[in-house]
Amino acid sequence: MSTFDLAEAVLLGILIVTAVAITRARSLFVAAMLGGLFSLVTASLFVLLDAVDVALTEAAVGAGISTVLFITALALTNSREATTPRRRVIPAGLVAVLATAGLVYASFDLPGVGDPDSPVQTHPITDTYLRESQEDLHVPNTVTGVLASYRGYDTLGEVVVIFTAGIGVLLLMLGPRRPADEVKDRAYLQTEYRVLRVVSKTLMPFILLFALYVLLHGEYSPGGGFQAGVIFGAGFILYTLMFGLAAVQRVLPMRTLVVLVAVGVLIYAGVGVATMALGGGFLDYNEFNPGNPSGGQVAGLLLIEVGVGVTVAAVMVAMFYSLVRRGVRR
Amino acid sequence: MTALDVASGVLLLAGSLFAVTGGIGLLRFPDFYTRTHAAGLMDSAGAVLILLGLLLLAPDLGSGVRLLLIAAFLLVTGPTATHALAHAARNDGVRVWAEREDKKR
Amino acid sequence: MLSAALVAILVAMVLALARAVVGRHLYDRILAINVFGTKTVLFIAIVGFLTGRPDFLDVALVYALINFVSTVAVLRLSHYREAM
Repeated sequence: MSTFDLAEAVLLGILIVTAVAITRARSLFVAAMLGGLFSLVTASLFVLLDAVDVALTEAAVGAGISTVLFITALALTNSREATTPRRRVIPAGLVAVLATAGLVYASFDLPGVGDPDSPVQTHPITDTYLRESQEDLHVPNTVTGVLASYRGYDTLGEVVVIFTAGIGVLLLMLGPRRPADEVKDRAYLQTEYRVLRVVSKTLMPFILLFALYVLLHGEYSPGGGFQAGVIFGAGFILYTLMFGLAAVQRVLPMRTLVVLVAVGVLIYAGVGVATMALGGGFLDYNEFNPGNPSGGQVAGLLLIEVGVGVTVAAVMVAMFYSLVRRGVRR
Repeated sequence: MTALDVASGVLLLAGSLFAVTGGIGLLRFPDFYTRTHAAGLMDSAGAVLILLGLLLLAPDLGSGVRLLLIAAFLLVTGPTATHALAHAARNDGVRVWAEREDKKR
Repeated sequence: MLSAALVAILVAMVLALARAVVGRHLYDRILAINVFGTKTVLFIAIVGFLTGRPDFLDVALVYALINFVSTVAVLRLSHYREAM
């Protein structure tokens, strides 16, 4: 058994143990944190399977932002789970076992990892994406090429989904603030966590710069708009956690965020409309530079990645703001 | 096996040792505050030694710079997080292990 | 030697997980998950070198960052007594 097989086996074992621990945890805080650990392990498995872009997104979203948002929401409410009455445990367990058995049975039909006869390997479109994307797009990272150019319309849909989710959360959460908690919060911050505040303040520019790097380098290495937006959001969430809502709103007020959430989608769709205006189809980047299509592709890719990054970052930060505004205790 | 490989191997081995012993300490130490020592050991010594070991194997400048960035980041944020945790725990009144308590049992 | 380091990291991850699952206080668990995150960073870096794909290091850097932000968030937002 090679080292990789051992690593996969151990990680899968950790997944099962973590899943059981999550169901057994009475405190929802613990469950949320173990959920973050679960995402970390899943991301490691993705790395072992050589799916690096997915691993990047899973780490950033699943292990980071999801956990932070869950915990922020839990801080607003009661965070202990009621015990399940005994009579519900058996049927629930039965459903879980049956569903697992069904999934395992279905998985027998899937081709093995790296199987040369599987549809992924034999279908001509794989060759198209892997080879022609280099000629058409000159973008070394094929994942970004497929996501942003060949399947650009899908990605527009994804951005709109994020946009809708953000709007939904904002609609639910934007209510009256409680000023009293804000004052208590500030007093607490002045005396405690001094080291953490200094370190956070020093790290902020590097985090934002790194987000920009991930965005721009997404064509050459794992990365792209989604991951960049999440990292950017994480940076601002860190600042909010350390310095309070009032301080961070001097840089990025809620009104700006609400506008930015829409601006990202507008940029993306705007690129599509622009290519139509230039005579091509919707999101046909070749039109940007008809003499040199791959130059047009690079321009189009960059613009829509920026759009995606802006919306994702704005949605993350706006959701966090709206939760914290309700007056988190402590 | 070049000298670089040997040096890298030594660093990786040392880092692994720190990681494993830190992990054992994390499980065996009697209270939260002593466990932060074990965790700090794993994060600072273990991580930095392993990353330095990898640095000697780095194929190009880009990877080397990235490894150094990761190491610098871990060195800065690891102790900070541990410190903040211990501070918060002290504020919340997590009890320090006292030897007398243990002997009574 | 890289494989040996990988195995050591896996062992450390399992030990940290044990502490996260067992941990008597909330703070034990936060500590254990922080450690787990750092070990994951090292895991990714070593796997990157074992497979000859050093661009995994970007992923490792993001993990390190996310781990830190996550720990800080849990710290600032947790209610100790409720979470016991």
